[in-house]
Amino acid sequence: MKPIEAVNDFVVKFANVNGSGSASANELFARAILRMGVPVSPRNIFPSNIQGLPTWYEVRVTEKSYLGRRGGVDLMVAMNPQTWERDIKEIESGGYVFYDSTRALPKSKFRDDIQVIGMPLTEVCNSTYTDPRQRQLFKNIIYVGALSALLDIDPAVIEKLFSEQYKGKEKLLDSNVKALHLGRDYALSNLQCPLGIKVRRTDKVGNKIFLEGNSAAALGAVYGGATVCAWYPITPSSSLAEAFQRFCQRHRVDPQTKQNKFAIVQAEDELASIGIVVGAGWNGARAFTATSGPGISLMTEFIGLAYFAEIPVTIIDVQRGGPSTGMPTRTQQSDVLACAYASHGDTKHVLLFPEDPKECFDFTAQALDLAERLQTPVFVMTDLDIGMNTRLCDPLQWDDAQAYDRGKLMSYERLEAGTEFGRYLDVDGDGIAYRTLPGTHPTRGGYFTRGTTKDRFARYSEAGPDYMENMQRLLRKFETAKTLVPKPLLLPAPKPARFGAIFYGSTSPAMAEALDALAERGILVNALRIRAFPFADEIVDFCNSHPWVFVVEQNRDAQLKTLLVNEAGVNQNRLIPVLHYDGTPITARYIVDEIARHASAHTVVPFKKVVS
Amino acid sequence: MTYIAKPRLHHPTLPINKVGYTRRDYEGKISTLCAGCGHDSISAAIIQACWELDIEPHRVAKLSGIGCSSKTPDYFLGNSHGFNSVHGRMPSVLTGANLANRDLIYLGVSGDGDSASIGIGQFAHVMRRGVNMLYIVENNGVYGLTKGQFSATADQGSQSKRGVVNSDSPVDLVALALQLGATFVARSFSGDKNQLVPLIKAAIVHPGAAFIDVISPCVAFNNHAGSTKSYEYVRDHNEPVNRIDFDYWPKREEITVDYAEGEVVSVTQHDGSVLRLRKLAADYDPHDRIGAMNFVQQRQAQGEVVTGLLFVDPQPEDLHAHLKTAETPFNTLGAKELCPGATTLEKINASLR
Ligand SMILES: Cc1ncc(C[n+]2csc(CCOP(=O)(O)OP(=O)(O)O)c2C)c(N)n1
Ligand code: SF4
Repeated sequence: MKPIEAVNDFVVKFANVNGSGSASANELFARAILRMGVPVSPRNIFPSNIQGLPTWYEVRVTEKSYLGRRGGVDLMVAMNPQTWERDIKEIESGGYVFYDSTRALPKSKFRDDIQVIGMPLTEVCNSTYTDPRQRQLFKNIIYVGALSALLDIDPAVIEKLFSEQYKGKEKLLDSNVKALHLGRDYALSNLQCPLGIKVRRTDKVGNKIFLEGNSAAALGAVYGGATVCAWYPITPSSSLAEAFQRFCQRHRVDPQTKQNKFAIVQAEDELASIGIVVGAGWNGARAFTATSGPGISLMTEFIGLAYFAEIPVTIIDVQRGGPSTGMPTRTQQSDVLACAYASHGDTKHVLLFPEDPKECFDFTAQALDLAERLQTPVFVMTDLDIGMNTRLCDPLQWDDAQAYDRGKLMSYERLEAGTEFGRYLDVDGDGIAYRTLPGTHPTRGGYFTRGTTKDRFARYSEAGPDYMENMQRLLRKFETAKTLVPKPLLLPAPKPARFGAIFYGSTSPAMAEALDALAERGILVNALRIRAFPFADEIVDFCNSHPWVFVVEQNRDAQLKTLLVNEAGVNQNRLIPVLHYDGTPITARYIVDEIARHASAHTVVPFKKVVS
Repeated sequence: MTYIAKPRLHHPTLPINKVGYTRRDYEGKISTLCAGCGHDSISAAIIQACWELDIEPHRVAKLSGIGCSSKTPDYFLGNSHGFNSVHGRMPSVLTGANLANRDLIYLGVSGDGDSASIGIGQFAHVMRRGVNMLYIVENNGVYGLTKGQFSATADQGSQSKRGVVNSDSPVDLVALALQLGATFVARSFSGDKNQLVPLIKAAIVHPGAAFIDVISPCVAFNNHAGSTKSYEYVRDHNEPVNRIDFDYWPKREEITVDYAEGEVVSVTQHDGSVLRLRKLAADYDPHDRIGAMNFVQQRQAQGEVVTGLLFVDPQPEDLHAHLKTAETPFNTLGAKELCPGATTLEKINASLR
């Protein structure tokens, strides 16, 4: 079997044990490649556990900047005996396994079609370090050192990363450099270096930044003017609130008075966190919460109140595997329907679908504007894959000239001048009424907010016509939302195509790669990335102009497809779901295989119209 | 955002307070509660207290959950903003509102079902966070609005109108509030205006989490023999601990402590307001949290309802102090104050390469 040969285009996967301190070593490895100008896309695959269970870190090295998961592994760094068998199985034919040969394994433990690289890691480590903690931690750095030799990574780059990380902590710096070279020197003198897969310096990273979606969304909240954040810990959204806290501490403390221009409350549960956001939004502060599926379930009563009483609320849903506790540390796009229709009665909510950290930043800031403009809940639908993985993306941008959109706020001056005020009066015909904030005027503009039906002047009313008028106006408002949310983006095929594909959110990078691969096979697909609900008219046109449209999603029940059929009146016979929901991020390979399979079925068998 | 009310014409005989309002200006819509409901007396006491305190009505935000009691904010302070939120979750909404604008006065009105059953979690946490507010529970031991089911404050062994005997032991919200760190804890009775009005006034000016549990008999479902929250039962078993004469000095004026030995304890508050407490029980000290807890429990064991100011912390801190939030209300801050700007973002970008 010929070993795989590839430069700057391969997948390395680290199999470790949770809690062994491998995370920072693995990230160091990814960053070193990035610093050599080669794009990387790392992914954490981790259990819902603190210590002992298996954990993986997959690094895609991708000169072509395909940042999705490709599928398959070229080099497995197999450090976890518990998962040995399945790790070995995952390696591509001709691929490599790197393992700790301190206790060498019999040949039967390997496959014939892979290259085995054994290094007595524990032995090398234990002969240098006596302290058990040091042994544990430096073992990880030693394998990074060996890999640097095997993959031809410049050690100076790693040393530089160490010097940035341990600035002012010379002792730590020296000991890490020492461990690195211990591994590197062993590999250079005992193993065949480099392997068929290697890294070569290039300049494909450009000015891109390397950032987690949760941090990016948190920064978006800072830039978008959120002053109140109420949250309750839940994976994978906790790091978002924690990042908000960090950024606020840095950028929102008044240098003179040392007072905070933010308030963060770790609430007692999600009922309270959304309640705090509702109260703050009612009183005119920009407020948000970050949560995940189970939190959304608890919040729904309040979300209905915010919808009906028309209160700005921003919710960032970092989706994970459901239902119930499901797969708490795995990714999915399975809260789409739960969020679109959150709460009882007839409700629909604005959803934004960012594709990467850059859009997590943009859409969170925008959600705060939209929530105030529309006086309604707005959801930012991210997921674990974007939220908790460091991704390469375009630099964040901000236009200092832009002011926050505070929406239709009735001022003291206008009330004083005698402008008519009815809290639920549709003055402008766009479904959005004017609101006053508590305390605005001594005698005018006061009103009572409630979840029950009211008339246009916010007076309690159980009259059917008042209720219906209100509900109709809310629909008008949703139509207005359509004009304000981010437009879908078209990725046309190189030549006219009969297939369409719709996708959204974190599926984006895998999709980009899949489209190229399909085109190479002669399967041309026009793709449309949906960025928001309510759906723009372009989405309906797109569906109508293709006989078949693949809807690629990461859930079992084709939730976006359901929403397209329900809300945009798309003919469901045209929509072919492509569904991936095992909890891992969707891969380009999976998309290609599924689309190719359906495409051949639809070209070989002529499409017959059902005549009834 | 403070606006002085313009002078308006009033009926010449109606007395006007210092901010130019008559008592009428503190009224709201006409109540739709059952005639004789204790909750209406509490609304009247709130109206009286706010008028006497010279509060501009529109500077009060009144929030509630769901229930008959939670409907009452519609029946007082008609020119202020009210919020009838969801069942049991008023405390979180009030917390958020308070964070958004610390300059208003926050009044939370709730029922015993609302606060002690579905909302007990939020009740507990709003007290321990020290949100600056007056939180009133209009406690009738039943669910009024859903027609007479037991609430969690119903006493063990008491009987519902339908003849069901309550087997669960009751939640005592006063004991809970004391334990959780509320800095002002009182209990009163809706029928005792002389006691209730000064208590409300004192609680409003208290710059921290103030809680008043007001026994408020439900004429429709809980005013029968066998109920321990009926008018008659409470009248027979009520032991007031103290009576309050109340003086309020606006912020920044000299702090005066008017202290007379023996019967009076003066409580100087953080913001300069002073409560003069005339103790009826000579040995009662409202500064002693543990003592208050003991006292309430002991009396309770004897089947007595203790009313009055049970505990007050003269140096309370509120949530804003804990969070070190800016003096300026958040809802007035714009991009200029809040956004770190493009140059900073460029630096952040640079640190991520
Ligand atoms: C989530 C939810 N569950 C149940 C109800 C029904 N409900 C309305 S009021 C109420 C009880 C109110 O009792 P209490 O707070 O004691 O107020 P009262 O009416 O006695 O003043 C209940 C259970 C509701 N509105 N929301
Ligand atoms: S049912 Fe009871 S609590 Fe409700 S309004 Fe009537 S008397 Fe008051």
